[in-house]
Amino acid sequence: MTKDAKKDIIMRAEKLNYIYSRDTAFEHYAVKDVSFDIKNEEFIGIIGHTGSGKSTLIQHMNGLIKATSGKIFFHDTDIYSEGYDMKKLRQKVGLVFQYPEHQLFEIDVLTDVCFGPKNQGLDDEQAKERARYALSIVDIPENFYKKSPFELSGGQKRRVAIAGVLAMKPEILVLDEPTAGLDPRGRDEILDKVSQLRESEHMSVVLVSHSMEDVAKYVDRLMVMSDGRKVFDDTPKVIFRHYKELEKIGLSAPQITYIIKRLREEGLDLDEGITTIEEAREAILGLLKNNKGLDDI
Amino acid sequence: MGIIKAAKLIFEYISRDEQDNIDEVSRAIDNLDLDIKEGDFVAILGHNGSGKSTFAKHINAILLPTEGTVWVSGMDTADDSSLLNIRKTVGMVFQNPDNQIIGNIVEEDVAFGPENIGVTTDDIWKRVDESLKAVGMTAYRLKSPNKLSGGQKQRVAIAGIMAMKPKCIVLDEPTAMLDPNGRKEVINTVRQLNEQENITVVLITHYMEEVIKADRVIVMDDGNIVMDGTPTEIFSHVDELKRYRLDVPQVTELAHELKMAGLDLPEGILDIDEFVKYLMPAIKQGIKQ
Repeated sequence: MTKDAKKDIIMRAEKLNYIYSRDTAFEHYAVKDVSFDIKNEEFIGIIGHTGSGKSTLIQHMNGLIKATSGKIFFHDTDIYSEGYDMKKLRQKVGLVFQYPEHQLFEIDVLTDVCFGPKNQGLDDEQAKERARYALSIVDIPENFYKKSPFELSGGQKRRVAIAGVLAMKPEILVLDEPTAGLDPRGRDEILDKVSQLRESEHMSVVLVSHSMEDVAKYVDRLMVMSDGRKVFDDTPKVIFRHYKELEKIGLSAPQITYIIKRLREEGLDLDEGITTIEEAREAILGLLKNNKGLDDI
Repeated sequence: MGIIKAAKLIFEYISRDEQDNIDEVSRAIDNLDLDIKEGDFVAILGHNGSGKSTFAKHINAILLPTEGTVWVSGMDTADDSSLLNIRKTVGMVFQNPDNQIIGNIVEEDVAFGPENIGVTTDDIWKRVDESLKAVGMTAYRLKSPNKLSGGQKQRVAIAGIMAMKPKCIVLDEPTAMLDPNGRKEVINTVRQLNEQENITVVLITHYMEEVIKADRVIVMDDGNIVMDGTPTEIFSHVDELKRYRLDVPQVTELAHELKMAGLDLPEGILDIDEFVKYLMPAIKQGIKQ
């Protein structure tokens, strides 16, 4: 590893274990022997069936859950070391839970988003400035600031809730299924936005998702969880080639992967690693242009 | 008249200020007409706020029309004396499985409904047996619902509805909180009930791949129906669906894009077999030119 590449890593976890109901008959490893790192401006997806340990794992990232054993370093400092400022960590690693709009509670949108920065110790004006910044990132216009959060549509509420976390200017944004229950356009809007944040705000993003299509389209790197263990950690392209193994652990590949597999069986010369509609379209039109790969037909 | 019929249905949410004066009126359903045939599997699509859930709540009289009428098996939902019969005819399953389960063990939970409507004890157990069998959850009848996966919990919720022997089940985004396996479990269960028990199904969903085997797809926008047809007909209009903030399955979109690029493919391709069947000759033809 070169010196520069090492500098890029902002969080590193080593051999994390988390045991529920320890020393009882119900003792159970929710996270088992998981190591990972998160680099600056990286977009990481986490997939796994319900109960695979995804949600428990991400709660380690901001210290909400303390590992039974193992270590986590944030900017090379051990977060479990004595006197470590957990409050600060929770601001630097912003966690957006499932259905975060259920946690909206203030009288209007702006006040709600101010809640986090105020807790950070900022004064009224500074907090408002942060809130405006965060709301503008998620495209909530100014005429919404004085509305009650409950008057907004599902997608708008969700964006306001995400703004509440962004207002704390986290370095890592962790989202637990941010698109659940949204309509297809709403899903794209949230993920497009989050994807832009990496570059515009120099943020790293961790996305827990049940949609293989979404992770194929957006993330650079994918971690696959099963029974508390990390079973894959690679690019989506590499991982979705293992669709049979994914099916065994209750997951699947995007529909495009299965389409490409069928077309390859029919004799078309297409790359196995195609996982998005765009890539499939280009590849199929490419075949036509080059009259290639049709010898067997 | 079908099992569910709505005529000139209007529903308005009215918000009031502290003095109980009308603050704002928002029309969620706007002059909707619909007739659903008994035994059909009908999917309703539409973006958040299009009025789908508001309409669903009219089907078993959770909400009553502001104007217009809804009939369930010929009963007017606004008629108070029909309420119990309407609720027996139409069962509802909601998004969050954890909000719908009340029993300590699975069989108790399934028995709750029939017990409430005064079914005799012997008959309750018979219905519990049949319902758990119908959703493939018999092996779990003595388990605690807490220990089940999301998909299993939703199947238990569906069994609870089946035990009331409804003619129709309305499911409002039953798979939104589930992982891919859980989604498949629930959709396969619902399809089976439709095919084998002839239960009328109204499925509200944001997942396009769940509707490709429906008999009929309805698209809602702004409180009214804007598209109504078979899955093939509906998914033939990729651009229109996208305007309504919806989507199509990946295979449908890929076929549409290739057609736009000049390949000889039909619109509304719904599955991989169909796609391969049309694509291979289209490619050969493309090569010849």
